[in-house]
Amino acid sequence: MSAMLELRSVSKTYGLGASEVRALRDVDLSVVAGEMVAVMGPSGSGKSTLLTIAGSLEEASSGEVLVDGQEVSSMTADERARLRRRQIGYVFQDFNLLPGLTALENVSLPLELDGVDLGRARPEALRALDDLEMRQRAEHFPDELSGGEQQRVAIARAVVGSRRLLLADEPSGALDSVNGEAVIRLLRTVCRSGLAVVVVTHDSQLAAWADRIVFLRDGRVVDGTNPPPGPESLLEEQSLG
Amino acid sequence: MSVRHALLALLSEGPAFGLKLQQEFEARTGEVWPLNPGQVYTTLQRLERDGLVESDEPEGSGPQKSYLITTPGRSELDRWLQTPPESDSPPRDELLIKVLVSVRVPDVDVRDVIQEHRRHTVEEMQRYTRVKAEAPSSDHGLAIVVDAELFRLEGVVRWLDATDARLRTMPEVPKVDLIVEQPKSETVGARE
Repeated sequence: MSAMLELRSVSKTYGLGASEVRALRDVDLSVVAGEMVAVMGPSGSGKSTLLTIAGSLEEASSGEVLVDGQEVSSMTADERARLRRRQIGYVFQDFNLLPGLTALENVSLPLELDGVDLGRARPEALRALDDLEMRQRAEHFPDELSGGEQQRVAIARAVVGSRRLLLADEPSGALDSVNGEAVIRLLRTVCRSGLAVVVVTHDSQLAAWADRIVFLRDGRVVDGTNPPPGPESLLEEQSLG
Repeated sequence: MSVRHALLALLSEGPAFGLKLQQEFEARTGEVWPLNPGQVYTTLQRLERDGLVESDEPEGSGPQKSYLITTPGRSELDRWLQTPPESDSPPRDELLIKVLVSVRVPDVDVRDVIQEHRRHTVEEMQRYTRVKAEAPSSDHGLAIVVDAELFRLEGVVRWLDATDARLRTMPEVPKVDLIVEQPKSETVGARE
C-alpha cells in the first residue's frame, strides 16, 4: 500500500549561528491509509514541529514531505493551501472552534472556504456530525457544549469532505480520561474508514490506541514499537500467572 | 482478589445456586482470571462453616445447592469493602534498580536504558488497549480490570519520563569504574 504521508530525511532548523536550534534531524516516517501512528516524546523533542511540517503549515529545511504521493515543497503556495483545505484535517488540544459559529457552521466552514456552495456543504457537514454522534447538537454554539462534545465537533470539522490525512496534537489533553477515551475511539473509527492518522502526545494511554508508536528525542526518531501481538497472548500470560 | 468476598458480594444481591455463582464470578471479573470450579464450592463450604452464608441443605456442597448471605456475612462484606488493601513494605522494584545502576555503569547510556523500558512498557499498554478496543462497550467489568493495569503501566512510563527529564537537568554524572573506586577505602586501612 502506498503511503498517505511520507517524510524522507526531514530536518528543520530555526535561527542561525549560535542561536541555531535543530528541531528535527533526518526524520523518516511513513503512514498508510487506515493506519494510526502516535508520536511520543518529551516537550522540546520536535513533536509539534513534525506535525506542522507534515501538515504543510511549515516548510522543512531539508528533506522531502509527500502527501498522497505529491511532494509538498514543489507545490506553489496556492497548491499547498488547496492541499491543506482538501486533504488534511487538524485536531488540537483546545478544540479551536470558532465561538460565534454553531457546531454545524464550524464543520461546514472548511467546505465553504473551498468554494463548495451552502446547499452541498451543510448536508455534508451534518453527515460528518452524525458520524460522530453529534447531529442533535448541530445548532449549538461551542460554549453550550462540553469539552468532549467540542472535540467531537472539531473531529467532524477535520474529516468533513474527502480528507485523507488527519493530524492531531494532544487531542485528549483537555479531557478527563473517560471522555478522552471516547474521543480516541472515534479517531480510531475515523482512521479505520480509510484516513491516515498521526497523533502527537506525551500521554502513553492515548498512544497505546495507535497501531504503531514512534519515539522522538532531540528531534530524532530514536525508537518505535512493533505492531502489537493479538490480545490472546495477554490472556495466556494471565492464566499462567 | 478474594474469592471469599467476591462470593459474598454476589450473594448480597440475592440467593443463588453454586453453579450460578461460579458463572457470575467469571463474567464479572471479565474472564481474565479463570477460576477452578472446585474453588467456588470449597470457599462456599468455608463461608457456611463460618456462619457467613446458609444453604438449603446443610450437608455437602455442589452446583445444585442454593446459598443465602447471613447478617454476619453482610457485615463482613461491608467491613471488607471499606478496609484499605494490605500495603506491604515497598517491593524491591527491579526497574528502579536497573535505572539507578545504569547511571553509574561505564559505557551505558542511562537514557537508552530508559527508552528500552519505556518502549517495552508502552507495547504492553498497546496489548491491553487492544483487549479493551475489541471488547463490547457494554463489558464494563473487563474495561475496569484492563484500566487498572493501564493506569499502573502509565505510572511506570511517567516515572521513566520524569527520570529522563531529571537526568537531563543534572550535571553529567562522572562514570566511575566501581573496581577502581575500591582503593578509596584506604582511609579506613590507614587507621588500622
